[in-house]
Amino acid sequence: MLVTEKNNMTEEIEELVRRYGRERSSLLPILQSIQRKHKHIPDFAQQEVARLLDIHPVEVFSVISFYSFLNTKPKGRFIVRLCQTISCDLQGKAAVSKAIERELGITFGETTKDNKFTLEYANCVGMCDQGPAMIINERVYFKLTPEKAVQILNELK
Amino acid sequence: MEKNNRKGTVLFSKYTRGEGIKKVLSISREDVLFELRESKLKGRGGAGFPTATKWTIVAAAKSDQKYIICNADEGEPGTFKDRVLLLEYPELVFDGMVIAGYTIGATKGIVYLRGEYEYMLKSLEDYLEQMRKDNLLGKNIIGKKGFEFDIEIRLGSGAYVCGEETALIESLEGNRGEARNRPPYPVNTGFMGKPTVVNNVETLASVPHIIAKGGTWFQKHGTDKSTGSKLFSVSGDCGKPGVYELPWGTKISELLKIVGAENTKAVQVGGASGTCIPKSQFERTLAYEDAATGGSIMIFNESRNMLHILKNFMEFFVEESCGQCTPCRIGNTKLLEGVEMIERGEFTFNYVNQLKELGRTMQVASKCGLGQSSPNSFISILENFKDEIFFQNGNGGTHGK
Repeated sequence: MLVTEKNNMTEEIEELVRRYGRERSSLLPILQSIQRKHKHIPDFAQQEVARLLDIHPVEVFSVISFYSFLNTKPKGRFIVRLCQTISCDLQGKAAVSKAIERELGITFGETTKDNKFTLEYANCVGMCDQGPAMIINERVYFKLTPEKAVQILNELK
Repeated sequence: MEKNNRKGTVLFSKYTRGEGIKKVLSISREDVLFELRESKLKGRGGAGFPTATKWTIVAAAKSDQKYIICNADEGEPGTFKDRVLLLEYPELVFDGMVIAGYTIGATKGIVYLRGEYEYMLKSLEDYLEQMRKDNLLGKNIIGKKGFEFDIEIRLGSGAYVCGEETALIESLEGNRGEARNRPPYPVNTGFMGKPTVVNNVETLASVPHIIAKGGTWFQKHGTDKSTGSKLFSVSGDCGKPGVYELPWGTKISELLKIVGAENTKAVQVGGASGTCIPKSQFERTLAYEDAATGGSIMIFNESRNMLHILKNFMEFFVEESCGQCTPCRIGNTKLLEGVEMIERGEFTFNYVNQLKELGRTMQVASKCGLGQSSPNSFISILENFKDEIFFQNGNGGTHGK
């Protein structure tokens, strides 16, 4: 990380700490904000959060590693989470996942070379009556067909 | 936010925002608890603990701060009723929280919204802002001197186990979402060590109706032990999947008719952690005393492979087990391996029986509800559908026992 990048990151985290407070209970909202913006929580950010909240960096890492929506390695700008739970599965999840994999040229768990998409499976996203469903960043898409899913991905800028 | 003009006798009956709050501020806390006890409302998350008892304990506790937490970490596979309530009936949920705050003496409510529902956050926060403007939240709510209450929404980050109340509290406190030992229960030592009520979205949504229309009115619906109505999230092989409000005590066969399900082979009641009910038991009723459920109903027709369904469930639990206690962490992995062995045809009945025993051990030895209930589908599917699973080419057929 460049020094300027580090400085920006520190400023950003200081601002988050001001907004959410210096308590331990603010940890998750702070991490979620960093994740939302950077699509991952870099080592340096973890150390800064720990310093500002006055906890050990390992505590921060421990929390990140627990939650499936937080990660320490970079991911694509669009994180595609396809629901793999049974109701979506029975409504044709496999065809949708194959189509997406074919179209992007990667398999689930991977990120495209241009860092645009990361493919992941999610457990039940609560759209069981209108499956198959996927969540891309903060938006939910449902009643997917292989064609529709690919079209949605192509339209993302 | 559009309403679908849903029809129902209790939750979806007519209610205007603030109605319950106005009423509750004119009566005493004891009267609220009395109405609640009269209604016999039980927790709608699945466990069915009497709500009045929970509230009474926290109301009686002496503490400078108390909390009311709305558990909107709806992660059980096949459940989406909270999504409908929060999107279409936020007034019920938030009014319920204000009423709870008044009754137990809390000034702060927290909604723990699952990360997957982040798309709702904006509209819910706008709704809360409107409530603040209309003085339904904040200080001296609708003129009641000294009554202060506000609601904050906190997001989860994709962990199923955080639906367990103590894991949820751990998560709110900024820790890994690992369940605590109980006792002490959250009603004594909850969020920040303070007395805390944790209620399901649907439980809280029932409260304003009880306050506005009375506990006796509520109690008239449903059965003797399961009062009121229930939202069922129906998915799978049926003509009209969606959320249905039906009185407790509805038979599974009646529900199947209502949702337009044909050629049904099995119904999974209560999500992945519930039980799988074969055709021969479709006359059972949906109620706390019979087939209990947090609302998830998944319907499978004759064309479905039960082993595939079981494998999907077990994969879910292996991924979602938090890993702190051994029965759940190792047990679920072993059960999944067992399913894969059966799939490959490399199993012995002796070993399958041992796995069922392991499942029963997990039911008693796991620390929280996740590991205690994850073997349910393993045991019920292997027992109710053994003909299909083990003797596919034999005499059994696919109808279950």
